[in-house]
Amino acid sequence: MGINSVTTMSPGVGAKLRRMHPLPIRIMHWVNAVAMFIMIGSGWKIYNDEVIFGWLHFPEFLTIGKWAQHGLQWHFLGMWIIFFNGLAYLTYGFATGRFRRMLLPIAWRDVVATIKDSLRLKLSHDDETKYNAVQKLLYIGVLLAGVMIVLSGMAIWKPVQFSELYFLFGDFQTARLIHFFCMAAIVGFVIVHIALAILVPKTLVAMVAGGPIVSDADQSGARHMNETGNHP
Amino acid sequence: MSKPPSRSIFRPSGKIDSSILQADPKLLYEIDRRKVIRGAVSLGALSFLTGCNVSEVDQVQSALRAVSTWNDLAQSVIFRPNHLAPTYPESRVVKPPRFNAHYNIEDVQPVDVNGWKLELSGLIADKRPWRASDIYALPEQEMIIKHICIEGWDYIGQWSGVNLKTFLERIGADLSAKYVAFKCADDYTESLDMASALHPQTMLATKYAKELMADPFGFPLRLRTATKIGFKNAKWITALEVTNNRPQTYYEKEGFNWFSGM
Repeated sequence: MGINSVTTMSPGVGAKLRRMHPLPIRIMHWVNAVAMFIMIGSGWKIYNDEVIFGWLHFPEFLTIGKWAQHGLQWHFLGMWIIFFNGLAYLTYGFATGRFRRMLLPIAWRDVVATIKDSLRLKLSHDDETKYNAVQKLLYIGVLLAGVMIVLSGMAIWKPVQFSELYFLFGDFQTARLIHFFCMAAIVGFVIVHIALAILVPKTLVAMVAGGPIVSDADQSGARHMNETGNHP
Repeated sequence: MSKPPSRSIFRPSGKIDSSILQADPKLLYEIDRRKVIRGAVSLGALSFLTGCNVSEVDQVQSALRAVSTWNDLAQSVIFRPNHLAPTYPESRVVKPPRFNAHYNIEDVQPVDVNGWKLELSGLIADKRPWRASDIYALPEQEMIIKHICIEGWDYIGQWSGVNLKTFLERIGADLSAKYVAFKCADDYTESLDMASALHPQTMLATKYAKELMADPFGFPLRLRTATKIGFKNAKWITALEVTNNRPQTYYEKEGFNWFSGM
């Protein structure tokens, strides 16, 4: 016991230990959650003023703002939070290697295996510090949708000042449509995300308290450490 | 054996004057210390959360309007004075243009061009009013641009008229002033920041698709700029003012963003 066992459990000399979700990640996650709530609710209010699909009107009680102009006021507030928080998150994710560590690599046979397990309702989550292949795909997908919704939003907001960006979308209504579909993808993600967090509550606790302590150096992500380093 | 409490430096040396306790026993009875604390804490919390004076009717709305004012500033910072908006071929022009106002097209009150004139006021050297025929005689500019409504729809239109910068120079306007404000025959009000007013694609339009524009679209004179959202393009203009103190505009009062640039 003591020194020896700690050494064998240690991921290596000089490796940094940290929470699965370091404090900056947790702050950015919850800031983003509030901002997304504002953006989606107010976006639905704005959408209802001039619908894209005749069959789709969002229920008024799910929208934010009394009239369209109030929806716009909220949207033009939330956009700054989403933009700067998102920028900080992407910078952090790339700079610290979190994206590479948590989201890569993805093996296709793991994707297939995870889907098969899920369909058999085998939602085993014995190591929540390690994302399975489907989780990795979904997180990468929602990150791309997040980048895309901001870019299309900027093109809609400033088709003249950002005309170079606007031309990438080809047309105002195309940019609007892409903005809409990114919203749909993100809302779909959020529904699954919240449902799974409720099914596996320790993931929710981890996003508040930080979760298990993991090592940076361990590429597979999930070597558990007793917090004091003492093992019997 | 209990030790007497150590003497506090705040403790008065003499006996406390308790005469005040007898002065108004009813009032004293009504003071509930917990209620006082609760009241103070919730008042503080409300002020803290909203950042507003609690006496305001709608703190959330005033906070959102403060953000909107900040967004005006942000938009003026990213505005590129000489950057041109996309233009389109004549084949894509929609005829007639799409009507929009805060009332229906049937309720449009046509302007009688014979009695009409454009009044000038504010920081302008030559404030003589303009008749329509004088405006038609000015050099004409044409642009085929997209009209984008704040609601989300758009169409391509072909507009002709006098470039606003050319007109402002002609009347000796102070181009270092902050705003150009408009009044309209239907009591609509609108205003532009000077940078947008001087943009090459901002004009006082008289024609649509090479013909004098029809009544619902602003005859005889309207604003048309490629750098602003649809509602900023005031129709049936009757007065133009160059000013450093702009009054609130019609849609701004409703809660829409004033700058509303594109």
